[in-house]
Formats: sequence, structure tokens, C-alpha cells
Amino acid sequence: LKDLKYADSHEWVKVEGNSATIGITDHAQDHLGDVVYVELPEVGAAVKQGESFGAVESVKATSDVNSPVSGKVVEVNEELSGSPAKVNSSPYEDGWIIKVEMKDAGELKNLMDSEEYSKFCEEEDSKH
Amino acid sequence: MLIPQTKNIGLPLMNLMRFKGLPILQQLHIEEQLLRTSSENWCIVNDGTNDPTIVMGVSGKPAELLEIESVLDDQVPVIRRFTGGGTVIVDHGTVFVTFICNKEAVPNLQPYPRPIMSWSSSLYSKVFQGIGDFHLRENDYVFGNHKFGGNAQSITKNRWIHHTSFLWDFNVQNMSYLKHPKRAPAYR
Repeated sequence: LKDLKYADSHEWVKVEGNSATIGITDHAQDHLGDVVYVELPEVGAAVKQGESFGAVESVKATSDVNSPVSGKVVEVNEELSGSPAKVNSSPYEDGWIIKVEMKDAGELKNLMDSEEYSKFCEEEDSKH
Repeated sequence: MLIPQTKNIGLPLMNLMRFKGLPILQQLHIEEQLLRTSSENWCIVNDGTNDPTIVMGVSGKPAELLEIESVLDDQVPVIRRFTGGGTVIVDHGTVFVTFICNKEAVPNLQPYPRPIMSWSSSLYSKVFQGIGDFHLRENDYVFGNHKFGGNAQSITKNRWIHHTSFLWDFNVQNMSYLKHPKRAPAYR
């Protein structure tokens, strides 16, 4: 999606002012398989760019979800506790995972835009 | 210790740790520590654990998966591990094998659940060649139609772990502590 920024660990972030909504990309959910559980952080927890804040479970694997930005968790998507499959069916909308109050908007320059991210995915898939 | 010229061989160079009877909780602590704080590749083999212990996956619900009254009456320890997957009851007859690797360790391997499981099953098909009709069936290791081990994984940004508990020998009575999971492959 064009107005989002992307991390090389396949998470997206939508920035509105100081607020960042975060989830995993369609590429990630497709490669992970059916998500059966989402481990969410506590509201108020600190997150750091590039570091893990939670995990998703699929096909007997827990996979870390890493934050594209640093800041403080202000909201988590509680719906995912009962309906983890939203991460697969709607990775950019209903499947959002956390909302963060950003610490430093300057960090966004470390992320990819949608064109760069598409190219990144193509290169990654062609290598394997 | 990494020997520089071996990096060119093309197969992951692994440190091997062998244990006998290491308590499964300790094994899981070591595994999680190596996954998250080491930058080397590891293979851990543990021949049996001490006491019968139930080990649940990260999202397992005890009420759904365990016969809670018997577990409490008989004081069977229950551990929640950091990897996904289902519930196993392990004891001295279980053989544990674990691989912990950097994501570049295996050439052309994408660090996602299915590719990793496909890699490990091709390794085990060589191990079990000529012994039984080994294959990966709906994410289980089977001989023919019989699942003989549980496996699970955890994937971080730059590393992954794949571990297996092989039921080399098992006490059928111990299985009575476990319920059949709600979601189970049809072949079972």
C-alpha cells in the first residue's frame, strides 16, 4: 500500500501525526501460513526500531514481530486474541497489531517506501 | 570456535552439545538463550529427560489439552515452551534433537516455517533411510501413518530454532494425561 512504510523484516507502519499503526505485510502473512495465535505486548510497553515486541504463531512456529519505529505502545488489537486469522485475511486493516506513540519521526528514513519494499520482496523470493 | 576455511564448505557449521537425561526445562532455557544471544549455529542432542514432564506450545490452553485432574493428582510438571506447536509428554525414553541456526546458515533457505521444516525433514529422511517409511506428513514426522515425534520452531529476525522430541520409547499410560487437540490432521 502506497502510504505505508516498510521494514526489511516485513512489518508495515502507517504514520498519522505522532501515532504509528503497525502490522505485518501481506508477503509475511503469505509466507507464514495460517496464524493461530498472536502474542501481544502490554499497553505502555516500550518498543525499539528493529526489535521484537511480540510474536505470531503459525505452522508450529512462533515468529517474532519487530517494531519499525521506537516509542510506547498505546493500544493493542485485542480482536486478534479471538480472531488471529485477521492477520492473514486483512493484514493492512483489521489485522493491525499495535499502535505506538512515536519517539522520533526521523527513524522513518530507515524504512522503505512501497516501491522499494516490492522490489525487496521480489529480490528475496528470487534468491530462494 | 569457527574455523575460517570451513565457512566455504556450504553446509552449516554447527557446535554440537550432547546431553543425557538433562531436565527438559533446563534444555529449553539453554535453547532460548542460544537462539537469542548467540551468533553461532548449534545442534543439541539430549538422550532422555529425567522425570515425565508435559511440555505445551506457546499458545496451548491447559483446559483444552490436558486431563487436568490427573495431572494435578499425579503432580506431573507442566512447562510452556517458547516455540509453537502442540503438547507432548516427555520422559527418559524421549530423544530430543534441536537445530539453532543463523538465517544465512543454510544456503537458499527462507526463514519461514514451511521451508525450515522441509529442510529438517530432508535431513531426517537421510537419517532414517532404510529404517522405516519416513516422511513429513501435515507437519508431523511419520513412519507410514504413525507420528513418532513432535516438532516446533521459533523464528527471530536473524535466526531460527527447530526442535523435535522423538518418542524413541514411550509409556502408553503417560499419554492418558493428554487430550486429543481440537485441530488435528485427518490422517491421525
